[in-house]
Amino acid sequence: MIKTALNRWVPTFEFRPSWRSLMPIVCFLAVLMVGALFTDALFTERNVSNVMRQTVANGMIALGMLVVILTGGIDLSVGSVVALGGVLFAGLADQLGIAPALALAVLAGVIAGVVNGTIISRFNLQPFIVTLATMGVIRGVVYIYTESPISPAHPSFRELGATLVGPVSLGMLIMLGCYGCVSFFLNRTATGRAIVAIGGNAEAVRLAGIDVQRTVTTAYAISGGLSAFAGAILVSRLGIAQPSLGSAYELDAIAACVIGGAILGGGGGSVIGTLLGVFTLGIINNLLNLLDVKSFYQDIVKGAVIILAVLLVARSKRS
Amino acid sequence: MTRWSGVEPMDTAAPVLAVTGIIKTYGATRALRGVDAAFHVGRVHAIVGENGAGKSTLTRIVTGATTADAGQILMDGRPVVMRAPLDGQRMGIRMVHQHHTLALNLSVTENILLGRLPRARMRWIAWGEAHRRAAAVLEELGYPSIGVNRLAHSLTAAQRQIVEIAKAIAVEPRVLIMDEPTAALAHEDIERLFGFVRRLRDRGTSIIYISHRLDEIFQLADCVTVLRDGAVTGSLETAAIDKAGLVRMMVGRPLQDLYPPPRAVGSARVALSVRGLARAGAFEDVCFDVGKGEIVGMYGLIGSGRTEIARCLYGADRATAGEITLDGIPLIPKSPREALRAGIALLTEDRLGDGLVRGMSVCDNITMASMSAVSRCGVLNRTRQRQRAEHQVRALAIRPASIERDVATLSGGNQQKVVLAKWLLTKARLLILDEPTRGVDIGARRDIYEAIAKLLGEGMSVLLISSDLPEVIGMSDRVLVMREGRLVGEFGRALATEELLLASASGLSNE
Repeated sequence: MIKTALNRWVPTFEFRPSWRSLMPIVCFLAVLMVGALFTDALFTERNVSNVMRQTVANGMIALGMLVVILTGGIDLSVGSVVALGGVLFAGLADQLGIAPALALAVLAGVIAGVVNGTIISRFNLQPFIVTLATMGVIRGVVYIYTESPISPAHPSFRELGATLVGPVSLGMLIMLGCYGCVSFFLNRTATGRAIVAIGGNAEAVRLAGIDVQRTVTTAYAISGGLSAFAGAILVSRLGIAQPSLGSAYELDAIAACVIGGAILGGGGGSVIGTLLGVFTLGIINNLLNLLDVKSFYQDIVKGAVIILAVLLVARSKRS
Repeated sequence: MTRWSGVEPMDTAAPVLAVTGIIKTYGATRALRGVDAAFHVGRVHAIVGENGAGKSTLTRIVTGATTADAGQILMDGRPVVMRAPLDGQRMGIRMVHQHHTLALNLSVTENILLGRLPRARMRWIAWGEAHRRAAAVLEELGYPSIGVNRLAHSLTAAQRQIVEIAKAIAVEPRVLIMDEPTAALAHEDIERLFGFVRRLRDRGTSIIYISHRLDEIFQLADCVTVLRDGAVTGSLETAAIDKAGLVRMMVGRPLQDLYPPPRAVGSARVALSVRGLARAGAFEDVCFDVGKGEIVGMYGLIGSGRTEIARCLYGADRATAGEITLDGIPLIPKSPREALRAGIALLTEDRLGDGLVRGMSVCDNITMASMSAVSRCGVLNRTRQRQRAEHQVRALAIRPASIERDVATLSGGNQQKVVLAKWLLTKARLLILDEPTRGVDIGARRDIYEAIAKLLGEGMSVLLISSDLPEVIGMSDRVLVMREGRLVGEFGRALATEELLLASASGLSNE
């Protein structure tokens, strides 16, 4: 009974847990245990709420990154799109109101993604180079829009990021909602299945009569839209939109996907794994702060964790 | 008293390589259950068996690519331990793999001498010497025409296979294992390869030859070992058995007619009509018809343009000239999508390269080309998707009969059935099959042939492209022959013989 109910929502695979699918949960529990050993501050109500608020942005970006990674691509422009979404949301909030400003900000992110995806799939270029280039272009556009930080006076501006619904923030609820939607999209829609299939064998998908260009473009559009949304939530939480916002965010997003078991180059990755990866990384960041580790040491630790995660996945593949 | 060394039969001489009691299990599957075999100097020893019988596992063990759970490997009568392919190579065991292992971005020379490039002063690479050595190996194989400076990716499939063999024999091996070496080769190339294998044998190399093509076994092998379900069912001289007997040992049952009986071809209504079709550099002026419910074979050597025609009909490549009509409606497919909509499906010759998505389930793979039929407004109807996939799994007897399995875990024959199921589900009116049974065992072949015959009865038209002469003749109502990009012959079922088709395809007949 339970199994049939599950089958409607879970991708069509027999449940044979592999190391790669178990790794995210193992990493997550390991980080929790390490945290419990070294500090008492981790599980305080205030800190938990903090961690959740701080992981929202990376959670949204990593989700979009996962969709792109599933196609065998990568999106390095997410950090710049975060800034684009952030400054547009803040800049338009006073004139247009919160909802239209948010819609336009997300739309701008989607357009950036469509441009990325179209260039990559239409001309068959390497996603790494194309999104590296658009990362620069979009950052330039953001600085043209505003060179100085924007802090709008609209009374509801901070609600998106700062509102609490019970113990969790509104942003966290939005993020979890996005995870549910993307999971449904990847497992239960024709385009979603095509995205997963393209990462496995793009030529087989093309010969199956599926529009590969449109499908790949959709993946980048999702990444762009989610990144811009993340930018809007972020500036709403901070109360100010800096044009320098979001630089190097692609690193954390890719790291979360990898810790979550995604394979760069396509052919593997899951929504639930990515969610665990996001929280694992969020807790690592939080722990390093709680333990007063200086920020450049934090970068070293994070880098080491990523290498460790990739190593674990690689080892599991060999056996 | 002196012994006459000359009359001592080969068999009693000590084998160069032998295995005893080899056991290997993968998870719940017992791939090998106590295999004994001995391979002698100067003999071609064939290993046959259906897909999944354990041939590949056995070769992986004797080359050191994997280790056995139990059992011994004896080299010159002494037990040896092999943990990595390098161990096997050091002892002179080399392998020609079924799937290509060439580095496509390197030159032919580098591929042939990979890891053994000759060095000059200061350990710089002596390129002149390297090219000479590589050219000498190709010369010996009978292919001096393959340029050693060319990059591997510019070679045809057949040429790559030759380079693959050259790589294995660059240092003369003591034991050479060949896994389906002729799969990508045309008849001429096969003859040349056999000549070389015989020369190598006569010089004292022990050759282990794996093939699904039983005719080759009888042409080439001195003795044969039959595997079934991971155990040896027999090991004997080739001269002591005939084809039917060998098949019986392989499948455990006598093989009735492999091909379905010919049907009365129904109406003369034309389904597909091709006029003056051409693609620059591949083929030109191709004209033929395929009737409704008819199966037309297309035979030709590798590079004769058969696959290219199929790709143009399906819109995977663009034709440069010509007209195509399907059921009277003109059609120039610009993409596979358009061709599918019009009712054409293509099963390509390379199921791993562009047929399957490994890592996805059997269900996802089967329904991939009919997503719109199993979804509404882009959302999949999971129940309908599973029903359709399960129906195909039953109809084609795909094993294991589970639609949730990762398609990569299936055997070659069952993978091919999954690809066929994908195209059958599209309800195409014209199905183009390009080498539908390459590397597929006899049991699975039968299932595939039966499925095709059933669909023909339901009015589907089939264009069957194949290098397997018995298959083309056994299945087709008519056979077209291609040579060097042109259609050069057409034979009715009653007239087509292996000799005639071959002569026509290689330009030996005077039509």
